[in-house]
Amino acid sequence: MGTDFVIAAIITIIGISTPILLAGLGELVVEKAGVLNLGVEGMMLIGAITGFAVTVMTGNPWLGVLGAAAGGALSALLFGFFVLTLNSNQVATGLALTIFGTGLSSLIGLSFVGRIVPQFGSSFPPALSRDPIGRLFFSYSPLVYFALAMVFVVAWFLRRTRSGLILRAVGENDLSAHSIGYSVIGVRYLAVAFGGAMAGIGGAYFSLVITPMWAERMTSGRGWIALALVVFASWKAGRLLIGSLFFGVLMWLELNAKAGGLSFMPYAGSIPSQFWAAMPYLMTVVVLALISMRDRGGSSAPACLGKPFLPAT
Amino acid sequence: MRIKLEKRPDPSRLMLVVTPIASVLLTMLLGVIVFDALGIDGQRAVIDIFLTPLLASYKWQDVAVKAAPLIIIGLGLSIGNRANVWNIGAEGQYVIGALCAAGVGIAAGPVGGPLVIAAMIMAGIVGGGAWAAVPAVLKTRLGVNEILSTLMFTYVALQVLSYLVGGPFKDPNGRNFPATAPLTADQTLPLLPFTSVHLGVGVALVLPFLFWFLMSRSVFGYQIRVVGAAPHAARHGGFDGNQTVWLALLIGGGMAGLAGALEFTGALKTINLGFPSGYGFTAIIVAFLGRLHPIGVLIAGIVLAVTYVGGQVAQTTVHIPNATAGIFQAMMLFFILASDIFVRYRVRFIGSPKSAVSPAAPAPAAGE
Repeated sequence: MGTDFVIAAIITIIGISTPILLAGLGELVVEKAGVLNLGVEGMMLIGAITGFAVTVMTGNPWLGVLGAAAGGALSALLFGFFVLTLNSNQVATGLALTIFGTGLSSLIGLSFVGRIVPQFGSSFPPALSRDPIGRLFFSYSPLVYFALAMVFVVAWFLRRTRSGLILRAVGENDLSAHSIGYSVIGVRYLAVAFGGAMAGIGGAYFSLVITPMWAERMTSGRGWIALALVVFASWKAGRLLIGSLFFGVLMWLELNAKAGGLSFMPYAGSIPSQFWAAMPYLMTVVVLALISMRDRGGSSAPACLGKPFLPAT
Repeated sequence: MRIKLEKRPDPSRLMLVVTPIASVLLTMLLGVIVFDALGIDGQRAVIDIFLTPLLASYKWQDVAVKAAPLIIIGLGLSIGNRANVWNIGAEGQYVIGALCAAGVGIAAGPVGGPLVIAAMIMAGIVGGGAWAAVPAVLKTRLGVNEILSTLMFTYVALQVLSYLVGGPFKDPNGRNFPATAPLTADQTLPLLPFTSVHLGVGVALVLPFLFWFLMSRSVFGYQIRVVGAAPHAARHGGFDGNQTVWLALLIGGGMAGLAGALEFTGALKTINLGFPSGYGFTAIIVAFLGRLHPIGVLIAGIVLAVTYVGGQVAQTTVHIPNATAGIFQAMMLFFILASDIFVRYRVRFIGSPKSAVSPAAPAPAAGE
């Protein structure tokens, strides 16, 4: 195991953990506002196809990212209309959004199968990533730096700004926030739209960066991992980053197991690759169990999470 | 003029029946518009997806065979949803149920007959229940959210499937293709003469009535309803919340496992990587469209089966991918959930003179 191998591994891990980090940050804000949107997987798929389609049509991946954000946000607003305006059940409506996004993305994607898209240029001058250490810092897609920056933006917004305070108030005690005069539904709509935009960009990372092509269901359940990640992070942006890297390591193990590249591990040959493929999901459950044990007698979840807003009239 | 919502003392029985039908009709209408907007012949697509399977008699067998697993899984899930226990991992429980049945079949070797078939189906029920038992333990002991754990276990189940059919369960005479050996004729469920309709369809027709009886006439059914509607009151009344979680997940998992075993022994006779076809997820829609009522689930299962079969018809006639049926299924779920507002509230238009009259007292407790 040389340094090159380790650096290459770290670069891969940071890359594959980016989509769940993006989607997780969005969902974090949504849940902080007291809304549980289980449609992350569907919004990611819609983002993946709109991002891909816009890039094919305009030839510009940056416009593609904007398109993905818009697609994700629009689908999130559809969810918002049902759960915020019509007070429908959030769990079931989120599921419907995932089914909807899966179907709609397949339908739109039909005419984009086999197409290729122009790539993002390198984020920094190529000279910087000539040696391994340079590669470790400067060789990523621009979306990776965007995701890292968003960790700080979201943390700062929630903790240090007045709007962040209002958003948290809406998620912790909607009736009080309402009685002071804040628009609970308005704040929640904005949060839901932001969550959709971030999930959409996370989805576009699959179709524009990881594979640069479109395939049905290409996010393969990562949206659900993003949801688990928010619980894992106890609704804190910094921990979300750590969590996404942890899941990134598990996904990297799976990638390598499929390619037969785990020879550095003892007995790796006797473990079926399906074991590694199941690891991220199994570990999610293990982590959830550990968190639940730690949080016994008081969860860190926003108090109004998943509950409809029903002011007395 | 503005709209005002008045909470009904009890859910409206009329709306419980009207809203699912309205949801399906609205889905069809909106489907035409959306598909036309996408440049696809919307009218043709909607007719093929919703009506062709009903009008063409040779499609009826198909609808019946596809409705069976949807109804059986939907029944189990409706119990859980009534108690506010969210099992969204039925797809995994369905797959594990089928694999357990296959394990018994492989152990039986060439031996067949009713006893072997019964053992396979029992193994399916136990396997599906066991797969749901893990989230149940985690929920009752540690308070782990069952939505995420049941779903994560679905992804694990898919890997178990991939491992078993590509390894221990692989057909030794199967040209190295990852699939189990096809069941022999006396290891499969009996068919209705000259059709592909197997005994599992009969099971799916009988079970809703059994569940109806169970839910409306037993203490168990009462407990499920009370825990779901008023958890605090239920605790005061002496109903154990943990016990309800266990029952809801075991029934949900057991029914999904049963559906998997019936699909394997009745319809497909072999398990390959294509075995999971989304029935476990679609059954969630079935449960809601059926308003969590056993007879409603029976009807909703047939409606969703129609869209499955119709999706395949539309695939060849208007060349849309099979997943498109999912758009219609999701729209139905959106609308049925949104229409809850009409069940629980009376919508009044303030300022319009005709609105002041309120209808007679609503019927007691919904859904029996």
